[in-house]
Amino acid sequence: MTAALTSALTSVVPTEVPVVDPSSADGVLGLLWLVIALPVLGALVLLVGGRRTNAWGPGLATGLVFGSFGLGVAMFVEILSRSEDDRQVGQHLWTWISAGQWQVGADLLYDPLSALFVLLITGVGGLIHVYSLGYMEHDARKRRFFGYLNLFVAAMLVLVLAADYVGTFLGWEGVGLASYLLIGFWQHKPSAAAAAKKAFVINRVGDFGMALGVGLIFATFGTTSFAGVSEAAGRASDGALIAIGFLLLLAACGKSAQFPLQAWLLDAMEGPTPVSALIHAATMVTAGVYLIVRSNFIFELAPAARTGVIVIGCITLLYGAVIGCAKDDIKKVLAGSTMSQIGYMVLASGLGVAGYAFAIFHLLTHGFFKANMFLGAGSTMHGTDDDVDMRHYGLLRKAMPVTFLTFAMGYLAIIGFPGFSGFWSKDKIIETAFAQNPVAGACALVGAGVTGFYMTRLMLMTFFGKERWEPDVHPHESPRTMTVPLVVLAALSVLGGVLLLGDWIVDFLAPVVGEHEEEHLAISPLAFSAIAVVVVAVGVVVAWLTVGRRDVPREAPQDVSFVTRAARNELYGNEVNDALVVTPTMRTITALDAADGRAVDGAAEGVARSVGGLSAVSRRLQNGYVRSYAVALLAGAALVVAALLVVNL
Amino acid sequence: MTSFDAPKIEYFLLAPVLIVLGAAVVGVLLEAALPRGRRYLWQALVAGVGLIAALVQLVLVCRRLDLFGGGDAGKGRLVAEQSLALDGPTVVIWALVLVFALLGVLLFAERHLEGGVLSFAGQAAALPGTEAEREASSKGLEHTEVFPLLMFAVAGMLIFPAANDLVTMFVGLEVLSLPLYLLCGLARRRRLLSQEAAMKYFLLGAFSSGFFVYGLALVYGYAGSMRFAEISAAVSGRTTGTGLLLGGIGLMSVGLLFKVGAAPFHSWTPDVYQGAPTAVTGFMAAATKVAAFGALLRLFYVAFGGARWDWVPVFAGIAVLTMVIGSVVAVTQNDVKRLLAYSSVAHAGFLLVGVLGIRSIGALQNGELGAVQAVLFYLVTYGFTTMAAFAIVTLVRDSGGEVSNLERWAGLGQKSPLVAGVFAFLLLALAGIPLTSGFTGKWAVFTAAVSAGWWPVVVVAVLLSAVAAYFYVRVIRLMFFTAPLPDGPSVAVPSVLTMVVIAVGTLATLLLGLVPGYLLDRIGDLSLFVR
Repeated sequence: MTAALTSALTSVVPTEVPVVDPSSADGVLGLLWLVIALPVLGALVLLVGGRRTNAWGPGLATGLVFGSFGLGVAMFVEILSRSEDDRQVGQHLWTWISAGQWQVGADLLYDPLSALFVLLITGVGGLIHVYSLGYMEHDARKRRFFGYLNLFVAAMLVLVLAADYVGTFLGWEGVGLASYLLIGFWQHKPSAAAAAKKAFVINRVGDFGMALGVGLIFATFGTTSFAGVSEAAGRASDGALIAIGFLLLLAACGKSAQFPLQAWLLDAMEGPTPVSALIHAATMVTAGVYLIVRSNFIFELAPAARTGVIVIGCITLLYGAVIGCAKDDIKKVLAGSTMSQIGYMVLASGLGVAGYAFAIFHLLTHGFFKANMFLGAGSTMHGTDDDVDMRHYGLLRKAMPVTFLTFAMGYLAIIGFPGFSGFWSKDKIIETAFAQNPVAGACALVGAGVTGFYMTRLMLMTFFGKERWEPDVHPHESPRTMTVPLVVLAALSVLGGVLLLGDWIVDFLAPVVGEHEEEHLAISPLAFSAIAVVVVAVGVVVAWLTVGRRDVPREAPQDVSFVTRAARNELYGNEVNDALVVTPTMRTITALDAADGRAVDGAAEGVARSVGGLSAVSRRLQNGYVRSYAVALLAGAALVVAALLVVNL
Repeated sequence: MTSFDAPKIEYFLLAPVLIVLGAAVVGVLLEAALPRGRRYLWQALVAGVGLIAALVQLVLVCRRLDLFGGGDAGKGRLVAEQSLALDGPTVVIWALVLVFALLGVLLFAERHLEGGVLSFAGQAAALPGTEAEREASSKGLEHTEVFPLLMFAVAGMLIFPAANDLVTMFVGLEVLSLPLYLLCGLARRRRLLSQEAAMKYFLLGAFSSGFFVYGLALVYGYAGSMRFAEISAAVSGRTTGTGLLLGGIGLMSVGLLFKVGAAPFHSWTPDVYQGAPTAVTGFMAAATKVAAFGALLRLFYVAFGGARWDWVPVFAGIAVLTMVIGSVVAVTQNDVKRLLAYSSVAHAGFLLVGVLGIRSIGALQNGELGAVQAVLFYLVTYGFTTMAAFAIVTLVRDSGGEVSNLERWAGLGQKSPLVAGVFAFLLLALAGIPLTSGFTGKWAVFTAAVSAGWWPVVVVAVLLSAVAAYFYVRVIRLMFFTAPLPDGPSVAVPSVLTMVVIAVGTLATLLLGLVPGYLLDRIGDLSLFVR
């Protein structure tokens, strides 16, 4: 009945935006704070406890994340059992900032959106902790690694559970810090240190967008809580809403590696592979999507900003896919792919009420299959002495059957093989995009084809063909701690699509993002899916023709077309950054430094020199002769008396 | 026949001065009566106990006078036939002088640094470089007379700022000066420099006293009375003879400005500060300045307050000149004692800026900072900081005794981070960096001057504070960011006496920087002169 009522309502006001109005937490939901506190505790114990915790620290960290996961599951079950209007729960911990009219509470908000994120973060996060137990087995700084991982999990949970933009910003900066620490975890490698710095600096641009956006929200609404802003959004001016929307989009671009702030993600692969899987594929990089979906009350009222979101999504999904086609480094192919898949999510979130749920759906399935594939890539690296060049792989399916099989599940999911999770989620995005905007739909469809190409190329180069590794490398299957998470994630990659059964996820998220009648294309959904599958199949076949049938040279050929060269160079994104930002900035700094040296220092030193000169001259008056002093005294006395008399005239 | 009326003397209220004088006299007697070996302990004890007793008596006097009772009119009493005024400012100045004298006794009594003897000349009469001097030092002779001398000077410092008539003021000035002239010439090391300093101080001091007395005579000629109240009445209702009055004001100000070390009467300061034994320099820098500023405030506010439109502009000029000379000449100094001497000149300038803040009592809003309050507070902050700084100077030594040449202090922070760190903190306080008492003191005097409309002088003062910061920070840079010299000085470990001085001075500097409010308010209660 509720559904009928809402659909009746939406037919009148098609873009009804739900207001955030949480009820207070009780029962198991009262433990909401503990979800964050557990990994915080882990990070504290491991990072402050130092070497004493070396032996049991990593195990503790893993256990705590699973503890959070358990709580997440319990709370999820709890809200499932509630009625649809009763699924937003808030928890006030303490007053964080109190300045005049402005109150920021350390408040948490648990609703269907954050519920899914908590499950993803702690679930996939827990699996990756287990995987890391094996992957980082022989690393001397293993404890510190787990401390950072827990810190990341805690910050990410703050990000998705905060009930206030300022709280979200805290988590936002926290994950940025954890990402920086983990990308540069092997800081002895200059490339890792540089990559960490690059990620940090580029993220800073986005963070400024977030900070300015939050500031503007406060200036516009006088509050920064989701509840207050969503309630007051309708009364704000268009200009303010558009400005806030674009600032939040800038923030999302930084964190989610969207064009034009995408350049850091490929370099971020310098971090240990579990980090790439957890932070730079499954969770942190999707924070931008979360921010846009969470701010739906802003974007729904700012169509211009939504158009911006769609444009960014389309550009990035193609950009990432093209990069993925040309890279030989397996992690960089996956990174390009991540960029591209997040482009899909951003595109979907730009589509408004019709797309939010699908953006989150794709985010979840992507979290499963991309984490799966990253861990698979880590497993192949583990077996081949940390080689990442696919041209040195070939026929690994014989040596690493488990890795191969699980990776294949991820592969089928990402290209959208019918029945696998990616098929359902990506198909929905492309379909909705077509219904709203044929250009965006076309981009998404082409992107799907290119995805088919580069993922097939990756599979063929890694697991098929001839053995191309060095004679002294002996590929072997990874230990159980690594393969078990692979199997679990592979299963989720296959089965993730069940979330869409009976439009479950759309209904589940409706209290947060609103409800919308499904877009209908001129052709039936089934026929549309068929078209999409055909496009993907073309991509796969092209890959088979160009890579699978031929021998792969161990060295990358140099006489390649302009397009390939551009793709290998990440479409010259770094060069553009250099030309547009880095070089002018450096020039300005050089000029300012010169101006500082000559003008400012010159003036300051000139004053100092004249004081010094005056000092040198006047100290000569202090000649040590008492007769001179007496004369000075006499002169002074005469002067004082004369002055007194003059003043009195 | 006229009958003779015995003067009425309030012995209880005067007791702090009498106790100090009594202790000084006992000290002289002890010097005659006790064998040489036992004099040190007894002299130090008598001086210390005398000062503490005087402080206790001061508290009792304070309660007797009910000074904290509030109310607008100046509380207090004129005592000893109106020749001394016991009021709030007197109590503050007496307390300060007694505390600094107590710290001075601790510094004087230090025997660790010179290997078991006082850091004063073994036998002052022995010519430097003669056989007699060598004999005196090899026998371990020491002059324990320094303690009674100090006490006499303290007595002068108590009378000087409390004096309520011109003659008493002059007597106080001389009583405080003569023992100091002597003390300055008693350094154990570098005796020629010390004796030269004493000679210069004596000659110039006598010269300036001459001006003071001449001025005194002119003022008496104008007003027909020595008493401040009557002078004040004569100044307010002035009709003729203005030249006499102004000449008197000018010449008397010379005597006082000489004592506080204001330009152009400062030329003795660097030479005397450098030559005098460092313990004497520290005591003199703190206590003399307190006493002299107390006297200056009383004379000019109480007696000449009615003529302030005549003398305040001249004082403004002198304040600017003093700050300029103190700050600018300090920039090129390379001796730490001379540096601190110029610093004290600059601080005299800042204090004079506070003096400019004079206003009639009615003009002061409730809760507003008064000039007397500001200057007294500044004296508290400056005195503690400067005593601790000079105490640290006594510690930096090599085989030839104290090392005051700044270049040889290079890298001290690497050898003795604690001492160098404390010294750096004190220098920052002298420079007036926030979170130290130097900042709150400067803030107080500048506020007082601005509320009286002297903002141009305050602007100059702030600019010169920046110049002053340069030479203080230069010392810090030298101590911490320069490589130590291979044969450089080291920090001697003193006895607990010097440590107490340093600790008290540093702690006061820190506390008055962090929580100045309580003391500032109490001094505010005590800042009205009795007339």
